[in-house]
Amino acid sequence: MASTDIIIHDKKDNVGVVVIEKVAPNQTCNCWIMEGDGSTTVEAKNDVPLGHKLALVDLNEGDTIIKYGHDIGKVVKAIKKGEHVHVHNVKTKKW
Amino acid sequence: MEIPKSFLGYKRENGRVGTRNHVIILPVDDISNACAEAVSNNIKGTIALPHSYGRLQFGADLELHFKTMIGTAKNPNVAAAIIIGIEPKWTKRIVDEVAKTGKPVEGFSIEGAGDIETIMKASKKAQEFSIWASEKQREECPVSDLWISVKCGESDTTSGLASNPTVGNLMDKLEPLGVHLCFGETSELTGAEQVCAKRGKTKEAQDKFMKTWSDYNDFILKEATDDLSESQPTAGNIAGGLTTIEEKAFGNFQKIGSVQYIDVLTPAEEPQKGPGLYFMDTSSAAAECVTLQAAGGFNIHLFPTGQGNIIGNPIEPVIKLTANPLTAVKMKEHIDVDVSKILSREMNLDQAGDELIKATIRVANGRYTCAEALGHKEFVMTKLYRSA
Repeated sequence: MASTDIIIHDKKDNVGVVVIEKVAPNQTCNCWIMEGDGSTTVEAKNDVPLGHKLALVDLNEGDTIIKYGHDIGKVVKAIKKGEHVHVHNVKTKKW
Repeated sequence: MEIPKSFLGYKRENGRVGTRNHVIILPVDDISNACAEAVSNNIKGTIALPHSYGRLQFGADLELHFKTMIGTAKNPNVAAAIIIGIEPKWTKRIVDEVAKTGKPVEGFSIEGAGDIETIMKASKKAQEFSIWASEKQREECPVSDLWISVKCGESDTTSGLASNPTVGNLMDKLEPLGVHLCFGETSELTGAEQVCAKRGKTKEAQDKFMKTWSDYNDFILKEATDDLSESQPTAGNIAGGLTTIEEKAFGNFQKIGSVQYIDVLTPAEEPQKGPGLYFMDTSSAAAECVTLQAAGGFNIHLFPTGQGNIIGNPIEPVIKLTANPLTAVKMKEHIDVDVSKILSREMNLDQAGDELIKATIRVANGRYTCAEALGHKEFVMTKLYRSA
């Protein structure tokens, strides 16, 4: 099996988590989808360090980030597939 | 793996079992810390539990202080207790409750006698207790005598991916064996509160959870100057890749596996509904949370961490696990169980859960945790509001 660069919790998720030290722009990343033990690939567009998230699809302002199959916040700045997803482009819906 | 059926513990007078055999010197209030520490310096095999409160508290805040003090001394990891306070009345209230367990306990008050005379008297009694406790032997006890509390800290995305699910896997395997289990962290379920509420086994438990969470949330909305963005997630969480409180909450929630909770406990409350999983209303600050769970009677703690929290507790051993490969290397002296191989798919959750069960039994049998060996003994009161 190919080594895993990114783990995706749930089939419904639109973000994955980097599990190697970092991924670099233009790197084709192997993704393991935990739910159902599936695989996919995504091309990284930014440097994304261990533990940080990367978008699996293009996301527009106002879209919902899905992780664990659940709503974990809203997009506040458009994100392209393969880009770093974090506090600079996503905010909580709680406050 | 076949799950071990037993461990070696200390059988107490009231039928509970300890994984440790501490003789504690417990100050009732902040100004009695010096006296308690002097006694523990005098007498080997004792441990003082200094803290910052206990004066001019009132109402629910005072009641929680007493509940924490009494619960800590009643915990089966405590063989015997010396209670030292400035005044006799509050000291006696704690002594009388702890005595109901049948364990040796004696109180001393400083007013009218001074530190030096109190230290002398309390040291003589502490010596007697320490020698008595040193003869206690570990005996084979069923695994159902384990009361396991859990709380995660300095979480990052690896916590939600692997170390928290490892704890969840352990819960799925141990809950059917009649173990008591406890999770808390009211604030860190924010965002996952509806999903967590549904995990209650009964309508009553579900309603109790929602009321507890809503009371907390109302308090935040009332007290917060803007929002909790600066403290939830923490700077450490954000560095580790966690973006929102919702993301943190769903990661946190992985710790209970697929187990349903049977009741909701107030802070430091002892479970009354038998074996199974309990939710306790606690802060998400590590030392406050573990102190409350230990006061609720839990005798061993599992603590998944991402970026590397270092907490320990004076009476309840705290086992740390991490799935973050960098933390596992850089902070090795704090990590009891390394499950980072889950991320590289060299280990699955089932195997990780088994490893954690093995480590839990070894620590229950007496193996030091990293935090114990390093001398971590954070004993921190939860304060509900300011004193009079």
